[in-house]
Amino acid sequence: MSNKVRLMQGNEACVEGAIAAGMKFYAGYPITPSTEIAEISAERLPRIGGKFIQMEDEIAGIAAAIGASLTGAKTMTATSGPGFSLKQENIGYACIAEIPVVVVNVQRGGPSTGQPTSPAQGDMMQAKWGTHGDHPVIALCPSSVRETFDLTIRAFNLAEKYRMPVLLMMDEVIGHMREKIEIPNASEIEIVDRKRPSCPAEDYLPFKPEANLVPLMADFGAGYRYHVTGLVHDETGFPSNSTDIADKLIRRLVDKVELNKEDIITWEEENTEDADIIIFAYGCVARAAKTAIKILREKGIKVGLFRPITVWPFPEERLIELSKSVKTIIAPEMNLGQMVLEVERLCNKHTKIERLNKVNGEIIYPEEIVAKIEEVL
Amino acid sequence: MPSQLVDKYFRAEDLPQIWCPGCGHGIITRAITVAIEQLGLEPDKVCVVSGIGCSSRAPGYLDFNTLHTTHGRALAFATGIKLANPDLKVIVIMGDGDSTAIGGNHFIHACRRNIDLTTIIFNNNIYGMTGGQYSPLTPKFDKGTTAPYGNIDRPFDICDLASGAGATYVGRGTSYHANVVTSLVKKGIMNDGFSLIEAISGCPTYYGRKNKKGGPVDMMQWQKDNAVTVTAAAKMTPEQLEGKFLIGELKNKPEPEYTKEYQKIIDNLKGSDI
Amino acid sequence: MKNKSIKGNEVDHGKLIINADWCKGCGICTAFCPTKAIELKNEKVTVVDIDKCTQCGLCELRCPDYAIYVGRKKNEQ
Ligand SMILES: Cc1ncc(C[n+]2csc(CCOP(=O)(O)OP(=O)(O)O)c2C)c(N)n1
Ligand code: SF4
Ligand code: SF4
Ligand code: SF4
Repeated sequence: MSNKVRLMQGNEACVEGAIAAGMKFYAGYPITPSTEIAEISAERLPRIGGKFIQMEDEIAGIAAAIGASLTGAKTMTATSGPGFSLKQENIGYACIAEIPVVVVNVQRGGPSTGQPTSPAQGDMMQAKWGTHGDHPVIALCPSSVRETFDLTIRAFNLAEKYRMPVLLMMDEVIGHMREKIEIPNASEIEIVDRKRPSCPAEDYLPFKPEANLVPLMADFGAGYRYHVTGLVHDETGFPSNSTDIADKLIRRLVDKVELNKEDIITWEEENTEDADIIIFAYGCVARAAKTAIKILREKGIKVGLFRPITVWPFPEERLIELSKSVKTIIAPEMNLGQMVLEVERLCNKHTKIERLNKVNGEIIYPEEIVAKIEEVL
Repeated sequence: MPSQLVDKYFRAEDLPQIWCPGCGHGIITRAITVAIEQLGLEPDKVCVVSGIGCSSRAPGYLDFNTLHTTHGRALAFATGIKLANPDLKVIVIMGDGDSTAIGGNHFIHACRRNIDLTTIIFNNNIYGMTGGQYSPLTPKFDKGTTAPYGNIDRPFDICDLASGAGATYVGRGTSYHANVVTSLVKKGIMNDGFSLIEAISGCPTYYGRKNKKGGPVDMMQWQKDNAVTVTAAAKMTPEQLEGKFLIGELKNKPEPEYTKEYQKIIDNLKGSDI
Repeated sequence: MKNKSIKGNEVDHGKLIINADWCKGCGICTAFCPTKAIELKNEKVTVVDIDKCTQCGLCELRCPDYAIYVGRKKNEQ
């Protein structure tokens, strides 16, 4: 069977990717500009024996998705701005209880109701710090329709592999943009399933980590009767007041990501080999950056792009390395400076960092990036 | 070895529970396991889900698939479990604050959907776990640590709320009338739809002390003195019923169940082109 | 995952079995025992007169901590 070429929206590619990854359950609450993800899931899931449910709010959406995941299903919920705020408590729950779930945020202008139909990148730090307490975070950020398809699959794979919530940080432009994409055959797609126990039920310790720090996960109903709680717990899953156990658990949860960074982190570079200036951009802004690079290269200005695909954990090492050989890093963002804080923290010593920020609900245009670079040259 | 029942259905190594002496929650928890025993449910297929509160600690002591979630959200988690795997018997345990304050929205919508969940609300008229603040079930003029001059909120009637929102099986028992709780939970589990059982519980530590209602025994005695069975109430005058509350089955009106309706959609789509 | 070895200090009184370690001394069982076969002593349930016990099971039904339960049934004795 040859690969299907289809014209589709980013939000649709997200659902197609999810289904390719094995999604069998979706629960959510409609909100612009993510609503199509719910609508298309509602249409597609029952056709493949999966389940869709529109819950009473976003809190219930993620809660139902986490509950369904415990029965062994691959699950997703999607939202935007205000809904992402509402989901935060249960994102933390999925972190401590180690339950795989994919959470999509098609970013729009905030705070509060803000600019419902406008693109923004204002939730990048919320993705990292939104839920309370120290916790692991994996957040991916697509900048095309095809990449939305691929990264949704990757989000499911990482959620299954590391038993945790994985955030897909889209934006309104990517969600609503239409592009022709070639959908790969199932055989070309790598699918990861959570590791399940095979030991006798008496021997199962639901929160005892394997070598990669991730415990085996039994499906509810499969004969391993165990306890899951959002309280600090020991390897049996039961709450514990031991300071030692608390310390070990929180560190392990964070280390699941910290010590497996190499497996998790991805980024894209374009024209960085000879670059004097690097544009640091992600999501839809990276598209404008690519056009800006073309314009500037034609003018003989050596500009390159560094685009984090995994925004959390942040691709620190490579960016530090690059920063040592360039004069300036320009960080255009559709917020008042969020990911640039990481760039500044890591690269301050090595190079000059310039911000370019926009929060009026418009995208950042290539000309604006060009102008900024010409200004700082 | 503890009693056969406790040995079979509890994680007895973790007993006794963290609850205060005489807390009604332990009595109701046991009554639920009796219902499970009488129905002969397969423990591997039973799932017990709770929110946060003293009452929500119950599942941790029970030897089933147990899930202790976030405050107020138990029904939303349980809805995901049941819809994803309808073969599981899902029982939900919540406190009165957990279910009707922070979880009130999830509560009415679970009732409305008529999804097959058996929900038992441990109603002790107070926020126990956080130390005695008033809840949506604290009677008017009673005291809580956040109602030092008496509570001016009007309380809910949990059973009326559930009936109005569409629960298809509704009943009320008390920790004193533990056998009533057992029989209601049994019928609730047998009802293919959303069942709500309000189990009146005593919190001697906060509600009792704050309101000078005495200790554990007095709270049980109060339940005994003020509960009227549905059958007895039918023969009583409004004056005689003043200050009393009903126990027993309050609603039993089966309607199509949510996960079964969803399965019909899946079955109808089978064979249709994708 | 369930560890069946229960620590405890159970005493078998024939008709009744009492685990003093689990008893929190709330007094519910003694208050509602129809025959007054049991009472509280030093905040623990104790048997006063086992002959009075009819094994009605009310103490077991209402003990919040499962510290008292009915032993071998009458007809087995
Ligand atoms: C989001 C959130 N808000 C508040 C709390 C604090 N809290 C924990 S339990 C509780 C109330 C418990 O009362 P109830 O549900 O009536 O159960 P009980 O303890 O009386 O059994 C509150 C307010 C919390 N854990 N989470
Ligand atoms: S505080 Fe109240 S509800 Fe909580 S355990 Fe104590 S008596 Fe029970
Ligand atoms: S079984 Fe009945 S009679 Fe015997 S001690 Fe218990 S409550 Fe009393
Ligand atoms: S009811 Fe249970 S805990 Fe309370 S006094 Fe009797 S045996 Fe002890």
